[in-house]
Amino acid sequence: MSIFLNKDSKVIVQGITGGEGTKHTALMLKAGTQVVGGVNARKAGTTVSHVDASGATVELPVFGSVKEAMAETGADVSVAFVPPAFTKDAVIEAIDAEIGLLVIITEGVPVQDSAEFWAYAQGKQTRIIGPNCPGIITPGEALAGITPATIAGKGPVGLVSKSGTLTYQMMFELRDYGFSTAIGIGGDPIIGTTHIDALAAFEADPETKAIVMIGEIGGDAEEKAAAYIQEHVTKPVVGYVAGFTAPEGKTMGHAGAIVADGAGTAQGKKEALEAAGVKVGKTPSETAELMREILKNL
Amino acid sequence: MEFQAKELFAKHGVPGTPGIVANTPEEAKAAAEKLGVCVVKAQVKAGGRGKAGGVKLAKTPDEAFEHATNILGMEIKGLTVNRVLIAPAASIEEEYYFSFLLDRANRRYLCIASVEGGVEIEEVAKTNPDAVKQIPIDPGAGVDEAKAREIVAEAAFPEALTEQAVQTVLALWEVFVEEDATLVEVNPLARLAGDKLEALDGKVSLDENAEFRHPEHAEFEDKAAADPLEAKAKEKGLNYVKLDGSVGIIGNGAGLVMSTLDVVAYAGEAHGGVKPANFLDIGGGASAQVMADGLDVILNDAQVKSVFVNVFGGITSCDAVANGIVGALDILGDEASKPLVVRLDGNNVEEGRRILNEKNHPLVTLVDTMDGAADKAAELANA
Repeated sequence: MSIFLNKDSKVIVQGITGGEGTKHTALMLKAGTQVVGGVNARKAGTTVSHVDASGATVELPVFGSVKEAMAETGADVSVAFVPPAFTKDAVIEAIDAEIGLLVIITEGVPVQDSAEFWAYAQGKQTRIIGPNCPGIITPGEALAGITPATIAGKGPVGLVSKSGTLTYQMMFELRDYGFSTAIGIGGDPIIGTTHIDALAAFEADPETKAIVMIGEIGGDAEEKAAAYIQEHVTKPVVGYVAGFTAPEGKTMGHAGAIVADGAGTAQGKKEALEAAGVKVGKTPSETAELMREILKNL
Repeated sequence: MEFQAKELFAKHGVPGTPGIVANTPEEAKAAAEKLGVCVVKAQVKAGGRGKAGGVKLAKTPDEAFEHATNILGMEIKGLTVNRVLIAPAASIEEEYYFSFLLDRANRRYLCIASVEGGVEIEEVAKTNPDAVKQIPIDPGAGVDEAKAREIVAEAAFPEALTEQAVQTVLALWEVFVEEDATLVEVNPLARLAGDKLEALDGKVSLDENAEFRHPEHAEFEDKAAADPLEAKAKEKGLNYVKLDGSVGIIGNGAGLVMSTLDVVAYAGEAHGGVKPANFLDIGGGASAQVMADGLDVILNDAQVKSVFVNVFGGITSCDAVANGIVGALDILGDEASKPLVVRLDGNNVEEGRRILNEKNHPLVTLVDTMDGAADKAAELANA
């Protein structure tokens, strides 16, 4: 088991013919993902050549729309590598096609575009992860995104993080145990899947025995997650928050990582998590050590 | 800044008088000669300008000259005032508050309106919360005339102003949407003599991610107020924030770099309280040129005593990063003069470490763990 993504997931790539799309289609295939095709309206009817996990050459069909790609291939997951200016349209197209999971890797999407497609997605079939995220990996089964598949294997830890590189760092720290699923939800002010969505799914997933939750400055997602953990999560959760030294009013790399008018501080998030009974590490390695202690005693 | 917000208001038909921007007392005097009785207002990106003495009424052009002389060069909340706005004095009967903003927590927009304006809205929210109306806006539906009427009714603006208020709300919504703003605020929105509604002061925050749709927004950037190192980094496309410490930081990925700053600050507690000198995310690429550009910015920071390069090889492999560091040191030559502590982990780390060990650069120390490297960098900065 896992959350949101497994070995049976059939993945298409929106923007499969672009630079990033090409590079990461190859890496997703190499990780064992069933990538079944892609979308680019201008190159519909052509194919792109790739190599799958077994080393065999595959010709992936390029379709004119997400709907067509789903009808022809049975795809249920889309990964979007589409430039910011075209992301909103690509997302709305995927929602209209009723794809089950849409992972938006693109960084730099205008926040009003995200607000609009999030509003559009309400009451529809599509789970959105991102934008501005590394995507999701169920090690040994499938990768929908850009997370390096070689860092860690399958195991009992569920991981949810705003940040890509901290996802990688934490997977590396706990590679001796491995992960059920690791999901990077993205660093933008408005994102689809939240910490809470991932926590709920990990709580329900029998394979996940313990959860690492990584947050960072900005917004109140971590505080809300803390309240959710206290009410609904029975599995052990270890937390980490980045940005204690971030100055007020400065955006720290991620569009959403900003302490504004004293709100969204790392200290506030840490305290909220600790009040909910979550152990919070001071550094990534200390966080991993806290998790290791829990796993040893399970 | 206020005058820029007012430019955007004027562009979208929000009622108000933009006024005249002056960079010198002479220009202020000339503007006052045109406008008559006026207000001289400091232009900085900060609230509380009035309290700081940055807003003064001038009855004559000579008074405008005098106030401008005092206000120009003044510091408000750490920001130097480089220009003033000369705005015609208005006879204010009532002051209201109005804003549209991104409601991040609820993933929609929010309209905040209050008939008690002119002061900080946070204060009103505390002392008289009932006077502050919050009206959620669905980003899909937006604000049409019916919604604008609903907002005006909810805010309880005086009836005599209803039609003007509806038009003003629609114009402000146009500013919010068409300029890709995350905040459009008017405070005060004023009822002037003769029941005239005008935006007397305003603030607009723009979404940097939407700059590609608004090349004209580049002119709003306050280059004079920017930190010179931040300006240099921006020129080179680097994601850099200047801080006050002495350990320069380079890393890949926003989250990992934020984490690196924290880990250095903790490590610094044992080394005389040294702190990180900056945030610098060089992204996934980490080519020799990007690494050289990053090091160049950091080494130009006179406060920096040591540099911590913290890279997790994800998509980019560590050997490429190691070659980037070696290449950067070659490019910089004698300019590289401060000790570098490097921590590499992840993809192809053995090869990356081998490359750096083989180069055996006198300034470079390799440390295997992030915590250990932070400790070493802090120690070197305290030496």
